Order: sequence, then structure tokens, then C-alpha cells
Amino acid sequence: MDMIDVEIMLAKVLLIVLMVLQAAPIMAWVERRGAALIQNRLGPNRVGPLGLFQSIADAIKAMFKEDLVPAHVSRFYYLLAPIACLIPAFMTFAVIPMAAPITIEGRSIHFQVADLNVGILYVFAVASLGVFGIIMAGWSSNNKFSLLGSLRSCSQMISYELSLGLSVVALIMVYASVHLGEIVQGQAETLLQLGPIAIPKLGIFVQPLGFLLFLTAVHAETNRLPFDLPEGETEIVAGYHTEYGPMGFSLFMMAEYGNMLTASGLLATLYFGGWQMLPGFAYVHGALGLSGNAHILAGVGLQFLSLLLKVIFFMLLFVWTRWTLPRFRYDQVMDLGWKVMFPLSLVNIFITGALIYLGWI
Amino acid sequence: MDISPVFFYLFAGLAIAFSVLVVLKKSPVASAFCLVVVFFMFAGIYALLDAHLIAAVQVLVYAGAIMVLFVFVIMLLNADSPSFDLGRSHLGLRVGAVAACVVLLGLFVYAFRASPLQVPPGALTAAQIDAAGGNTRVISRLMFSEYILPFELTSVLLLAGIVGAVAIAKRKLGAPEGTA
Amino acid sequence: MKQETEQRTLDLGLPDSEHYSVEHDPDDLWGDSQMIINIGPTHPVMHGALRMVAKLSGETIESSYCEFGYTHRAKEKLGENRTYHQFIVYTDRLNYCSALINNVTYAMAVERLMGLEVPERTVWLRMMCAEIARITDHLICIGINAVDLGALSYFLYGFHQREEAYTLIEKLCGARLTTSYTRIGGMMNDAPEGWEKEVKAWVGRTRKVIDEMDRLLTANRIWHRRTVGVGVFTKEDCLKYSYSGPNARAAGIDIDLRRDQPCMFYKDVQFEVPIGKNGDVYDRYAVRLEEIRQSLRILEQCADKIKPGPIWVEDKRVRIPEKHAVYNTMEGLIHHFKFFMTGFDVPAGEAYTTFEAANGELGFYIVSKEAPRAHRLRIRGPSMFHYQGLDTMVQGEKIADLVAALGSINIIAGELDR
Repeated sequence: MDMIDVEIMLAKVLLIVLMVLQAAPIMAWVERRGAALIQNRLGPNRVGPLGLFQSIADAIKAMFKEDLVPAHVSRFYYLLAPIACLIPAFMTFAVIPMAAPITIEGRSIHFQVADLNVGILYVFAVASLGVFGIIMAGWSSNNKFSLLGSLRSCSQMISYELSLGLSVVALIMVYASVHLGEIVQGQAETLLQLGPIAIPKLGIFVQPLGFLLFLTAVHAETNRLPFDLPEGETEIVAGYHTEYGPMGFSLFMMAEYGNMLTASGLLATLYFGGWQMLPGFAYVHGALGLSGNAHILAGVGLQFLSLLLKVIFFMLLFVWTRWTLPRFRYDQVMDLGWKVMFPLSLVNIFITGALIYLGWI
Repeated sequence: MDISPVFFYLFAGLAIAFSVLVVLKKSPVASAFCLVVVFFMFAGIYALLDAHLIAAVQVLVYAGAIMVLFVFVIMLLNADSPSFDLGRSHLGLRVGAVAACVVLLGLFVYAFRASPLQVPPGALTAAQIDAAGGNTRVISRLMFSEYILPFELTSVLLLAGIVGAVAIAKRKLGAPEGTA
Repeated sequence: MKQETEQRTLDLGLPDSEHYSVEHDPDDLWGDSQMIINIGPTHPVMHGALRMVAKLSGETIESSYCEFGYTHRAKEKLGENRTYHQFIVYTDRLNYCSALINNVTYAMAVERLMGLEVPERTVWLRMMCAEIARITDHLICIGINAVDLGALSYFLYGFHQREEAYTLIEKLCGARLTTSYTRIGGMMNDAPEGWEKEVKAWVGRTRKVIDEMDRLLTANRIWHRRTVGVGVFTKEDCLKYSYSGPNARAAGIDIDLRRDQPCMFYKDVQFEVPIGKNGDVYDRYAVRLEEIRQSLRILEQCADKIKPGPIWVEDKRVRIPEKHAVYNTMEGLIHHFKFFMTGFDVPAGEAYTTFEAANGELGFYIVSKEAPRAHRLRIRGPSMFHYQGLDTMVQGEKIADLVAALGSINIIAGELDR
């Protein structure tokens, strides 16, 4: 490992951190404007062009408001909880490949912070830690509503992690790898040739049921509507962040948006070909008429753009869902998780196994 | 420059420190959180040994699932009240505890001294594992072929545990009004 | 340590605390798992005006206790200390979501005592006011109910129409929420020219929005699971707790004072009374949604039938003197002064006048002893009765269902506490 490697590594870490950090303010804006669009309103449009700087104004407000710590909380864990929530959100994004690995001047560069051969397992391992922050928040707040919120959140996350994991198991079976880079590579293969149009072996085509299960489960994992019971305002005030002041609340929000970003990244990577170029991009890439390193770098740029567009699509889907559906009740969430999604994901594994055995996939 | 020894001592040291804290902390919840950190450090050590799968599973299963349940139960039982407080500790108990610790340490030292400290080489070398498609694949293959019986037996054991838990909970639910 | 193991009782300090005390045994872990939580009055769902103390087992409400009175303003006592004219503004603050209905009902009550017959145009105008107010009230109720269950967009679609309705009301009386539009024996002023046409246009738009809202939520499966069979209040319960209005109709009680006790010109308009079956949250929602459609229908007919004409009764006692007379003649000024400072005498007698308000039977019971102020004024606000039933309604249900049930019976604190 020489200096340039270290520099590349640091650059990648910085990029990821900045991306996840930026996700919160940008998504806050998208969410508000999206909500306004759906609800025949204008939304925030006064601060900066199209209200884009509203998030900055909010951040300034959050920083300068007095951040008081209630007297009845257990101080250390109360302050630790938002951070414990935020860190996993940052860590998970590290393994999502942004573009195909390239080799420039004999140096191969992987466009992900950590190219682990257990990729997807790492994601689940780290994502399952996010729940500690919520437990800590609920417990240390010493408030019944907070405790209820964190209990709900824990059981919800544990229950849905199961179907989340199982729906991915089927996907792993199809691509015969847990390595995210290989899964993305695998999706470039042709599934069907319909005349001139080649349908690629995307996750969504080989695992439609798995995709639906995964999509539902990540909604539950990120505590978004219709699964936002842990913070279901009308029932348990604000759930686990009832007792938090401006900064604590902002950190929880950042963690939520960070998780959303990771979830969208995973959805794009696992089921929509990750950095595989969108239709037409390959043509653009060729038409640019570049050669050598410039050609390679343009490819990286287009691949990154493709991934970004897919991620944005899923982020918008999260927003759209949130402003359309009502909220489940706690026991209904559990029923759905254990009685519907869990058996379905097992069935999905069996079907996938049978199809692989028959050689259809 | 090989930096892995630095990380090893860091992880190992922190693991020991937090293990001590698990014992010393008064609040059970705090102990549980310390234990989570210990598991993390273990995962770090596994990762240093290139056993990424074990590291991931360590975090996923121990820290992510089992400890969550632990903390859950501790929180629910409101064990923050010092239920472990036995009043003023007996002098005999203290002496006994220290003596037991010393004896245990002696046993450990003797055991490690007496047995040849040679880790038997695994069936596969690192190069072979890489050639076979990585850790996950090799372990999965072994688990579902050579060690299928112990693996399945373990799951039966877990199943028995689940059935037992359900049975206990059911009786609780079925109890007549007022006795629960 | 010895004392700790003894049983001790936690007194919650509630008025009826023997029902809500827990036997606390430190050794009994399962006994401890029952949690008493205080929902309100600052809990978001309690609108700052209600309080419920619930004993939970998990998330199931085992027993509960409701409190009200956080917005008590002694309305009924004020009625004895204000002239009949002055009391009109207080009626706005009863059910502030449909202030016009309160205005109309109160005016009707006093007019009945005085034996006044208001002109035809006024009656039509009042009917239109009442129906617009009913629609705004129902829009709020089902909207808030949806918000409480997490569907914010639905609420805002309805809210948009409500804002437009308020603009129509603003054109009548200059105020949007606290209208004070009616007067004893007339109206504050006539509707501006072309107002009926605007109402008709609004009815058309609202109808479309209501259909849209219907499509968005009514068939949604999550909505079904959250509302069907939740917060059931049967016909018997309704009768026991003297429920009225949409909440009673949702349980299958076929009662609507507009039809059963026709006042104004309700006999001359066509409308149907939607009846539910199960008395759950879903039925209450569906009944209200259908009632909005029926009210739109009534509004359309009213807009067709209303004709220009006088809006005041020809009765010098109650008619507020014209401004030009007040400014230009001595007699007018004296009349004005006497009217507002002393008020007018209402003949001795007592009367209970009811009207189908948005939430149910709204009644004004007035005892007059030939004075400008009521001797006794009692208001029957429907929310009062609905709120009493909440404990029974949520017994054994989840906290989340409490939210749904409370939203669906539409408790308006102003009307509840008076």
C-alpha cells in the first residue's frame, strides 16, 4: 500500500461521508417539495432558488437553538444515542460499488470504499446495529412514550431484517455471490434475446417477488411510512426522539435519510443493475469519441450517473409512498412481517432454488 | 508497512478493557452495551485474520440480534434497580472470589503452557481459499456437505429452544384473569 | 430494604383513584409490566384539551379514564350575563369548525321564544350557511382522522376545499372562522351579489375533490385494516350514551333532525340520510363522507331556490337600526344605544330548540323571564355525549386504535367544555 493508494482511499471515504451527509438536507428539501407537489401546495420556496437553502436555514436554526438535556435522562447514553444511530448509516454505504473497477496506468481502482468479499453480509451486519441507537435513545430518555417507541422500533427492525435477509438469499443464489461487485457484474448478462432487444439479467426480472419483499422490508427498516410507528406522532408523541432537542433530532433525521440513501443504493445495486448504464448511456459513451484514459473516466462518470439516477428514483419512491399511504398498526406490522413476508420469502427461496435446479435462471 | 499488529493490539486491548467493564458496571444496561463493544472488537480481530465472513456473522448475530434481545429484556424488566446488590459484601466472599480468580488464571496459564501452542493448520491454505472463491463459499460448502449433520443438529437444538419459549409464553397468556 | 418488599399503593392522584391505583410489588416482575400512561392534554392527538389516563398491558388499553374541562369558559353562565344579541359571538366558539351552524341554531332558539318568523331569503341563506359549515366540519373530521392514521395528503386535499369554503363565508360576513353571521330575526347583512353562483361553482369543484379523496383512501387496504372493526360502538351503546348525528347513524340509528324534525325549508330539498351498520371507525368515516355529498346536493338546490328579498323581520324590537338613521337622526341614535346597551326583552317562557349540527344534536335550552338576558341558558353540545363513550369504545383496543376512535367521533373541545 503506497501513498497514492492511501490518498485514493481517503478520497473515497470523504466522498461517501459527504454524500451521506448531503443526503439529509437535500432529501429534506425533496421531501417537503415532493409533499407539496402531491398535496397541491407550494412548499418551502422562499430561502434561495426554489427554497433549496431552506435546509441550510434549518441547520442554522438547529445549531443555534439551545440544546438542553432534560434532567431526568441518563446523560451519557442520551447523548450517545443519536451518534450510535448515525454511524451505521454512514458505514453501510461504504460497500456499494459506484462504478466498474478500472485500471489506469497499472493501478486498479475500485469505486467503493471497502471491497469486501462478504459485501452484502457486511451491510446487514452494520445495518442491524442502527437499532442500538434507537434502544439507547428510548431507554435513556426515561420517558414512557420514548420507551414504547424504541420497543416498537426494535421489534419491527428485527422482524423485517429476517425477510430482508431471506429475500436477498434468493438473489445471492441467482448470482452465486455475496460480493456486491460480482452481483452487479452478473446483472449485465443477457436473460432473454427478443430480436434486437436484449433483456439483461437484472435482479428485478429474475427476482420480482424478492424485489417486492425487499422494497417493503427496507421501508420498515428505515421507519418510513407506512411503517413509521416508532415515531408515529399521533400515538406516541414522537417515539424515541420525544425528549431530544434540535441537534439530537437533526442527527436522528440525518440517520434516517442516510439509511434511506443506503436502502435506495441497495435496491439499485441488487435489483436494477447498480452502475450498469441506463439504456442509451452506452451509445452516448461511444459517441463522445474519447480514447484512452479519458474514455475510461467518461465511462466511470456515466456509470456513476446511472447509479445516481436509480438511487434518486428510489428516494422519490420513498417520498411518494410516505405521502400516499396511511400508517399500519403495530400488531398489523408484526402480522405482515411474520405471517406474510416471512413465509413468502421462504417460498421465494424454494422457487428460486427449483428454477436454478431446472436451469431456467 | 504492516499495520495489522497495531490494530490487533488495539482491538485486543479494547476487548479486554470492555470485558472488565462488563463486570464492573453497576447498571445491567451499561454492562450489556459494553458487551456489544467487546463483540465488535472480536469482529475486528476476525477481520484482521481475513475471516470476513466470521466477522460479519459475529456482528450480525451477536451484536445485531442476540444483544438487542438482551438489552430489550433488561430494559423491560427494569433491572436498573440494583437487584444484584447483596448488601454489604461478606469478607469471606471477597477472599473466595479473589482466590477463585487466581486459581482460574493459574489453570489457564498451566493449560497453555502444557499444551503445544501450535495451531493445527487448516485443511485449506489462504491461497486455496481464494482460489475456491473466497471465505463465504468455502465455509458454505463445508457446512452443507461435510458438517451438515452437526449444522442441522444445532438448528434442531435452537428449534427446541423456540418451542420451549413459546410453551412458556402460551401458558402465561392462557392463565385465567387475575393470576397473570 | 424491609419496607420495600411490602405492598405499596401508587396513588395517581386522580379523582377516582381507586380504579387506577396499582398494587406495587417489587418482586412481581409481571405486575410491573403494566404501564400507566398519561395521554394528554399536551399529547398531539388530544388537541391540547383532553386527557386520558390509560393502563396498558403491552400496547393494549386495559382500562382508562377520560378527563375534560381544559377549555372550560363558563359559556352557559356567560349566557345569563350577556344580552341575547351579545351572546351570538360566544356561539362561534362552541364548535369552531362549524361556527355557522351554532349561530343559526342559537338565532332559531331565540326567535322561537319571541315567536318571530324570519323572511324566506334569510331561511335559505341560513340553510346554505349550515350546509357549508357541515361540509367544512366533516372535511376536518375525516381529514384529521386520516392524519392521525398517517395519511396527511388526504387531509390537505380536504383542507384546500375547506379554505375555499371559508372564502365563501368570508364574503358573507368578513370572518372566516368565528363568523357571528346571524342576528336575532335576521342576518348581519345580505349575501353579496352572485354569491349563490359562486357556491354552485364551489359545489362542483368540491364534488370532484371528494370523489378523488374517496378513491385515494376509502378502498385502501391499510385504511381498512386500521378502521374496520376498530372503536366499535354498537346501537345499544349509542342509545345508552345518547349519541346523535353521524356517530349514531354510523351505528345504524336512523336519526337526522333535519328530516325527522324539519325546520327551515329542509322539507323542500331532496337529500338522503346515510346509515352505517357496525358503528366502527370506518362506518363513521363513510357516513361523514356521504353526508358531505348530500350536503353538496342540498347546497345546490338551495342555490337554485334562493330568491332576492328582505333579510330582516319587520320587528322594531330586534332589528338593528340602519346606520344612516343612527348617524343622522336622534331617534335612530337612541334606538341604537338602547339596542346595544340594554338589549331587547324576550317574552317569558322556556324553549329547547335543536338542530342537526355537524356532530349531532345541538340544542339551546333557554329560560326567559322577560329580560334582555336569559335567566338560564343551557347548551347541549353533541361532543359532550360522544366523549363520555370513549372509555367504553377503546376498552381492550390498542393505543393506536384510541387515536383512530378519538378522531372518528370528532370531539371539538370548544363544544365539549363550553
